[in-house]
Amino acid sequence: MPTEILMPALSPTMEEGTLAKWLVSEGDTVSSGDILAEIETDKATMEFEAVDEGTIGKILIEAGTEGVKVNTAIAVLLEEGESGDDISDAKTDAPKSEPKEAPKSDAPKAAPAKAKAPEPDRSPDWPEGTETKKQTVREALNAAMAEEMRNDDDVFIMGEEVAEYQGAYKITQNLLEEFSARRVIDTPITEHGFAGIGVGAAFGGLRPIVEFMTWNFAMQAIDQIINSAAKTLYMSGGQMGCPIVFRGPNGAAARVGAQHSQDYAAWYAHIPGLKVVQPYSASDAKGLLKTAIRDPNPVIFLENEILYGKSFDVPVMDDFTVPFGKARVWREGEDVTIVSFGIGMTYALEAAEKLAEDGISAEVIDLRTLRPIDYDTVIASVMKTNRCVTVEEGFPVASIGNHLSAVIMERAFDYLDAPVINCLGKDVPMPYAANLEKLALTSTKEVLEAVHKVTYR
Amino acid sequence: MAAQKKASKSNASAEDLKAYYYDMLLIRRFEEKAGQLYGMGLIGGFCHLYIGQEAIVVGLEAAAEEGDKRITTYRDHGHMLACGMSPNGVMAELTGREDGYSRGKGGSMHMFSKEKHFYGGHGIVGANVPLGAGLAFSDKYRGNDRVTFTYFGDGAANQGQVYETFNMAALWELPVIFVIENNNYAMGTAQKRSTSSPELYKRGEAFGIPGEAVDGMDVLAVKEAGEKAVAHCRSGKGPYILEMKTYRYRGHSMSDPAKYRTREEVQKIREEKDCIEHVRDLLLTGKHATEDDLKSVDKEIKKIVNASAEFAKDSPEPDSAELWTDVYADAVPQKA
Repeated sequence: MPTEILMPALSPTMEEGTLAKWLVSEGDTVSSGDILAEIETDKATMEFEAVDEGTIGKILIEAGTEGVKVNTAIAVLLEEGESGDDISDAKTDAPKSEPKEAPKSDAPKAAPAKAKAPEPDRSPDWPEGTETKKQTVREALNAAMAEEMRNDDDVFIMGEEVAEYQGAYKITQNLLEEFSARRVIDTPITEHGFAGIGVGAAFGGLRPIVEFMTWNFAMQAIDQIINSAAKTLYMSGGQMGCPIVFRGPNGAAARVGAQHSQDYAAWYAHIPGLKVVQPYSASDAKGLLKTAIRDPNPVIFLENEILYGKSFDVPVMDDFTVPFGKARVWREGEDVTIVSFGIGMTYALEAAEKLAEDGISAEVIDLRTLRPIDYDTVIASVMKTNRCVTVEEGFPVASIGNHLSAVIMERAFDYLDAPVINCLGKDVPMPYAANLEKLALTSTKEVLEAVHKVTYR
Repeated sequence: MAAQKKASKSNASAEDLKAYYYDMLLIRRFEEKAGQLYGMGLIGGFCHLYIGQEAIVVGLEAAAEEGDKRITTYRDHGHMLACGMSPNGVMAELTGREDGYSRGKGGSMHMFSKEKHFYGGHGIVGANVPLGAGLAFSDKYRGNDRVTFTYFGDGAANQGQVYETFNMAALWELPVIFVIENNNYAMGTAQKRSTSSPELYKRGEAFGIPGEAVDGMDVLAVKEAGEKAVAHCRSGKGPYILEMKTYRYRGHSMSDPAKYRTREEVQKIREEKDCIEHVRDLLLTGKHATEDDLKSVDKEIKKIVNASAEFAKDSPEPDSAELWTDVYADAVPQKA
């Protein structure tokens, strides 16, 4: 049966084109690779090659014709033993282009007015009566890694100065001694490269912990984190996961200037396929890091240099973990909800203390994980207090606070007695001067002002 | 035809030659069909064809053993077919259908097969190079003697992360073979316009990585070089660089108007250096096969490729619920 030669699509966006010139005539013999015609697309003039062998039986569209739709028959090719008499039988092999139904969105349905308050899981992180001990965030992170490395030989840590130097911030202290250079690996200063090697090792079935000396340096590696680590499970139809933890200090430290003082919470929380953790306390640092190392997905673990030396109660348990997506309510209150995470919690808790002295009862929520976010705990609280202030050190535009404001508006609009206020880092690169740096960050004072504003007192 | 004459003295068996002929022809016919389906609007987006370069993957797969890994860039259909992935599954992914290797969610540049140790299919130029070294790292960590073939082009060879990787691969003696498929054009930029020192096999010298240039149009030369590189890696001596001198007949992608090179240049390589014609010639002159034998191979392959196209057209589009699956793994993956 003769084959129809169809107007080809020659670019991802081409729908029609001009058949500029025929380079063959009726009766010509052609073989695979011969140029048949020149076709003008929306981008360029392209040569159109023959795929099959045969004789040009008939030219259906004249040279110079404009607006020829893709998949229109433009000529008929006769195979060996066929003649022009067979042409009427030619059938086009064009695809049916029925409009496909658009996929339905799985976005949460708008809640009806005065929606029922969600009932989030408020169970304690450890059983009542468990012995606790004071531990710094640094010690807690170190213990989490050591425990998981003892449990699973596939877990290893790589990064700059993690081994012999004992960690630029001493988070990996003594790990080299216990686990040897096979599993505690000093890398050259080459973030893009070792992040990629870590992701490849995770594709190969290992469970790497990649330490960035600070998250500022991870910008050199962000392509590997997002394009390789976060997207491959989806792109592979679920075949190829990437169980990896990227961790290190994030956000402003003290007087280190613009290039070393950025909070990346909102950046990574933006990306589907990643999980994002930003702990405040030592028990969360420990329990969440252990969960992160066991998670089969890429986890962004955002620590804070200023918090490393801070001590908290940590339960004395054989295997203490904290689940992702469960916020912690540090203070219960009636008058306002303050939502924060990471070092922002220091301002939130300090403000709540002072507010209590003024007779304002604040509920303080530590999100702990930013992907997934425990929206229910926030919404249930806002439905109770009718007011909300968010606190974080990141830049204002597209911040976590902005996102929470939108979710609260969607899910608890009728419960709000005041607009949500976001306390944020200022919209400037971090200055070096001590007084300016202080101004660039948010503060307990700003949180107090925001709370007074939303409570009208 | 000098290289071909030289190669014809090789002691490749008739069976081997027939297998190479079959594998290379399958890739070529598959790619021609993919180009055709693209023209019909059945394949969308970007589609980078491997036509002309077939000897590289077929020759190196002949040097590989079960359990060895491979990872490549976006010109990846040939690599998939060469390592044994099914033409139906690859073509159905190209058409974005349910039966594709990534269930229609990856497309031409993003396909994977855990079973065949094929780790993609990556769309960011150069990014697969550290990933390949990471795969090799996982084998070394586990103490086995597998090697990873990490393919990239002359374009990617100018990316910084390639050299970060060379350094660590050499430092840690990772069992990785860096295969630079030098087809002389980084998209539309000729090598002489992009590259200060064109001898890419020497790019590892500063790191102590041995390298050699290979006639990538000669499957026998490729296999021989591949065996040498594999032996080096498997014995724990660290990485190896193979620069494959090759040529792509088609454009960078389907929408390439090819204004940066002449038709005559392409035609000359096709006539004088074609990797399939070379093996065909060896089979016929060595009296390992008759014209009729080869014709029946052609027919068989045409059947397989046509069937893959039909399969890829008939496979349904993914269910709309697939939009929301595979964003996160919910179970700990099985240990490899």
